[in-house]
Amino acid sequence: MTSTTPNPAHVAAAPPAYQLPQRVTQARVLRSEWTKLRTQPSVIWSLLATTILIAGFGIVYSLVRETRPPHGAAAIASFDPAAVSLSGVQLAQIAVGVLGVLLVTSEYATGLIRVTLAAVPRRLPVLWGKAALVTAATLAASLPAVFVAFVAGQSILARAHLSVPLSDPGVVRAVAGGALYLAVAALIGLGLGGLLRSTAGGIAALFGLLFGVQLAAGFLPGSWANDVGKYVPSTAGQAVTLVHPDPASSLPPWTGFGVFCLYAAVLLGLAALRMRRGDA
Amino acid sequence: MRLSCYLGGEIPTRGRLGAPLTLRRASGSVMAVIEIRALTKRYGRTTAVSDLTFTVRPGVVTGFLGPNGAGKSTTMRMILGLDEPTSGSVTVNGRPPRAHTAPLREVGGMLDPRAVHPSRSAYHHLLALARTSGIRRSRVDEVIDAVGLRSVAGRRAGGFSLGMGQRLGIAAALLGDPATVVLDEPVNGLDVEGIRWIRALLQDLATRGKTVFVSSHLMSEIAQTATHLIVIGRGKLIADTSVADFIATAAPPPVRVRSSDQDTLAGLLRSPGVTVAPAGDGALAVSGLPAAQIGAVAAAAGITVLELATEQASLEDVFVDLTQDAVEFRAAARQAAGPTPEEEK
Repeated sequence: MTSTTPNPAHVAAAPPAYQLPQRVTQARVLRSEWTKLRTQPSVIWSLLATTILIAGFGIVYSLVRETRPPHGAAAIASFDPAAVSLSGVQLAQIAVGVLGVLLVTSEYATGLIRVTLAAVPRRLPVLWGKAALVTAATLAASLPAVFVAFVAGQSILARAHLSVPLSDPGVVRAVAGGALYLAVAALIGLGLGGLLRSTAGGIAALFGLLFGVQLAAGFLPGSWANDVGKYVPSTAGQAVTLVHPDPASSLPPWTGFGVFCLYAAVLLGLAALRMRRGDA
Repeated sequence: MRLSCYLGGEIPTRGRLGAPLTLRRASGSVMAVIEIRALTKRYGRTTAVSDLTFTVRPGVVTGFLGPNGAGKSTTMRMILGLDEPTSGSVTVNGRPPRAHTAPLREVGGMLDPRAVHPSRSAYHHLLALARTSGIRRSRVDEVIDAVGLRSVAGRRAGGFSLGMGQRLGIAAALLGDPATVVLDEPVNGLDVEGIRWIRALLQDLATRGKTVFVSSHLMSEIAQTATHLIVIGRGKLIADTSVADFIATAAPPPVRVRSSDQDTLAGLLRSPGVTVAPAGDGALAVSGLPAAQIGAVAAAAGITVLELATEQASLEDVFVDLTQDAVEFRAAARQAAGPTPEEEK
């Protein structure tokens, strides 16, 4: 608790008049959201955690697989060295998803959203601004990290002759796909945050959507597990991170990513509806 | 009444009583005014605001008075375009609040001094708000200086005291130099110096022709700050009157007196129009006489006065008086579209 009394010398009267036209535009709201983003320490920590999780866990898991290489023809055939070095993406999706949730719910928790929306009465530019920035910030933090994780991981796996070069078909797509997947996961978090307006609810829904649905689909009988499972958000989205997705259990890379984007779009659309109508 | 024009053009005068206030500013837009018509807001089954109609005019400080839970904050949220009315309408400067293209220019509001991200600095809080409307950095510095937060502008807003939070909220409200200023309980948590400052600030804003609408649940506070008064209770309009008229309609507050000989003093004071009642711990509550006269009576009788205090006329007292005697009040009030006491209950 601080209690510095404001200097009485300054407490005269209202500030002088100010007379620029003050139209609210999407570009200005984007700039406002950028000011908020860069001055919110939790954002910086989430992005730092994302980078560290991707690179760190990718390297650790590559070391593990170097000591425990696949045995047997089938295991070697299905071994995906790129996926091993990108395994940190699985953890990082929590960090970026929670970041997306918090970006909205922290404003509702403090009441700041009312200050924001009183200044932007059309409201939706705020959501689009946050969406654009969380996408850009997640890509900025994860794109270098996935390539670092890939290069470091492959150099480790190369010692056991398990590595794959970046020039192989589909490898660059899979590595960059890890960052794309995370960007959309952050948007899903943002959509859930806007829809539920509660940090706890948003994070719970995020876990349910990214992990719970996948688990539940696995319990489906027979071929349903794969046929339905392909369309589950995280499974669909991660198709783009696989060098050779198995057609039995996975959609084609870009189709799967498209489905994942569709989930995000629906959630953001619902959040937009809730934000635009009714009470702030 | 003469009103100074907002942009310093010609000085418009108010129309005859009842004439709608649609004077034009020099710039051509409608003059600063809040118009509330048949405004009703329900949350589920709870009616927060019911059929409110009033106008807040520029050039004076208008107080918005009501006990906690009367619907003041709900009304203010609707004025700022945050909550949608269930029925009825709100216009600010001639337009619905959400129709403004430059909202910070039209209406500046402060609803909650805690509405900041706790780890963001006061400066960046204001800067982010300024960015939405293309307001330059130097303006942020101007409002920080004006509210006296210069020395703490770089500190985390989460560590601010309530009074500092109020100043930050007021800075945010003034950022766009708005024609209309709406502040919810701005005096809460301010020290004496802060309260004096805000009174001077509100007066200054009103003198510049702005519409200033300030809520409070304390009659005593509003009486010293506002000129005009909107009183609501349980979501309904009780009074729309000048502060002077409002206080005049309320019964004078009782005086609390303790003396060396209570029984004798009580006998001396009792008369038609004056009631004397025990007020606990041996004191008397005297209604109908000012403190000075009670003191004089005691002195003349040689009774030593140990304590003599005028009870603060709280809103609750006035409010109860009003609802108990709404008919009498209506005769005195200029425009009291208030409900009958039965409806209130």
